Amino acid sequence: MPQQLTRLLIVFVALIGGLVAARHYLLPRTLGEKGHYRAAVLDAIAARPVRYAGREACAVCHADVAEIHGKARHQTVSCEVCHGPAAAHTEAPTEHKLPAPRERGYCPLCHGYDPSRPTGFPQIDPVAHNPLKPCISCHNPHQPEPPHVPEECRACHGQIARMKAVSPHVLLPCTRCHNTPVQHKITPRAALPDKPRTREFCGGCHAQGASGPKEVPRIHVHTHGGRYLCWQCHYPHQPELQE
Amino acid sequence: MNESDVNTQAPLDGKEISEERRAFLRSCALAASTLLFVGQGEAAEAPYNPREHNYAMGVDVDRCIGCGRCVEACKAENDVPREPFYFRTWVERYMVNVRGETVVDSPQGGIAGFPTAASEKGMLRTFFVPKLCNQCANPPCVQVCPVGATFSTEDGVVLVDSDYCIGCRYCIQACPYGARYLDPRTHTADKCTFCYHRVVKSLLPACVEVCPTGARVFGDLRQRSSPLARFTRLTKIQALKPHLNTEPKVYYANLDGEVR
Repeated sequence: MPQQLTRLLIVFVALIGGLVAARHYLLPRTLGEKGHYRAAVLDAIAARPVRYAGREACAVCHADVAEIHGKARHQTVSCEVCHGPAAAHTEAPTEHKLPAPRERGYCPLCHGYDPSRPTGFPQIDPVAHNPLKPCISCHNPHQPEPPHVPEECRACHGQIARMKAVSPHVLLPCTRCHNTPVQHKITPRAALPDKPRTREFCGGCHAQGASGPKEVPRIHVHTHGGRYLCWQCHYPHQPELQE
Repeated sequence: MNESDVNTQAPLDGKEISEERRAFLRSCALAASTLLFVGQGEAAEAPYNPREHNYAMGVDVDRCIGCGRCVEACKAENDVPREPFYFRTWVERYMVNVRGETVVDSPQGGIAGFPTAASEKGMLRTFFVPKLCNQCANPPCVQVCPVGATFSTEDGVVLVDSDYCIGCRYCIQACPYGARYLDPRTHTADKCTFCYHRVVKSLLPACVEVCPTGARVFGDLRQRSSPLARFTRLTKIQALKPHLNTEPKVYYANLDGEVR
């Protein structure tokens, strides 16, 4: 073999050997085990500390609360929503106590009226709703019930009632617009309440000459909205459009 | 099958059953129940196998009340910096007015709810949308990482190896959902991991655990029955920016066309 070829071969072998050695020492051990990443990092990420223990962990000791909470309206609300992350508390119950928010500002985080919230979600106006009283003086957060039994229309038409409760029509009783036969309470589908069918009905309050408070929006009943009837554009339970 | 079954059924088979046969049947039943018991024991102690899972999340926009408990839980669980602008998940408020203009805001990511309610004057519709990393099956962030520090796992989660991340921010630029941030303490990219450290222990991600209305649903696409399977069966689902072909694995129900 010519001398120059031998030298070239030595150079190549040294280069390749150097590369293999460098690869061996520089690349992470677990690279390529599962893909183009260090497989060992999965264990590191999986070993990060857990702070939220999960509601099953709470029920182990607080079975009494879990029992009533599991059947109440707040059953979808996990304990740690209000009481904060509980993993440390489950490890050392006496050392790490969990907070229980009792102040009035906390509940409106979910239940304060906000037009962006889904319609039908129970909401109140935090300023007008029993001012200065803490929510827990009337409502048990583990078993929240409306403070009195739902009566009349609300018992069945809760979503409409809750929507109406935050609308400008809040003060109108359902029967102002719906003539409801007594039989409707017994056989609801056999005796249906009626609905207003004319523009003049809404015009009773909203026509230009109608009597009543001046804050009620007034329109020209016969020209406003062209050929449409009022409720084809406005939903009377939440007459939302304000301009 | 257990012992009592054998005893009650045995007389029906024949009038005379020898003691030998009875003993044989008894030992068969015992062996079967032992096998069953051992089998269950093994299943409970089986190590976590990522190939058996493919995680995904469902978000029902119509159930989100914008309380921000998910944002708070995410920051607490994952040690995300408390200052604004660092979020693994956040809640956006969309406000579409009568002129058809859309305004989107997210004060502090919604971590303290939305202290000022949207004005109803001239408002056409308004709603909340929770956002997070979409854990794309075809993730643009993984494609652009020059050092292989971000990757898709076998169980369908996109993770970041913070020891190998060089903080070049390419992935932050590449993510069409704005789901990544540069951690100011380590100067490495970070993002939602679907709470990987929780899901491998069969816990729910922190945001799903605390969502009070069930707007967030977590599950495994490889499982026939899971809350997510029910969610995808009973609702019409959409994904964010489907035209980008990222194949997101966060499915939205009741999504408005204005949501980007």
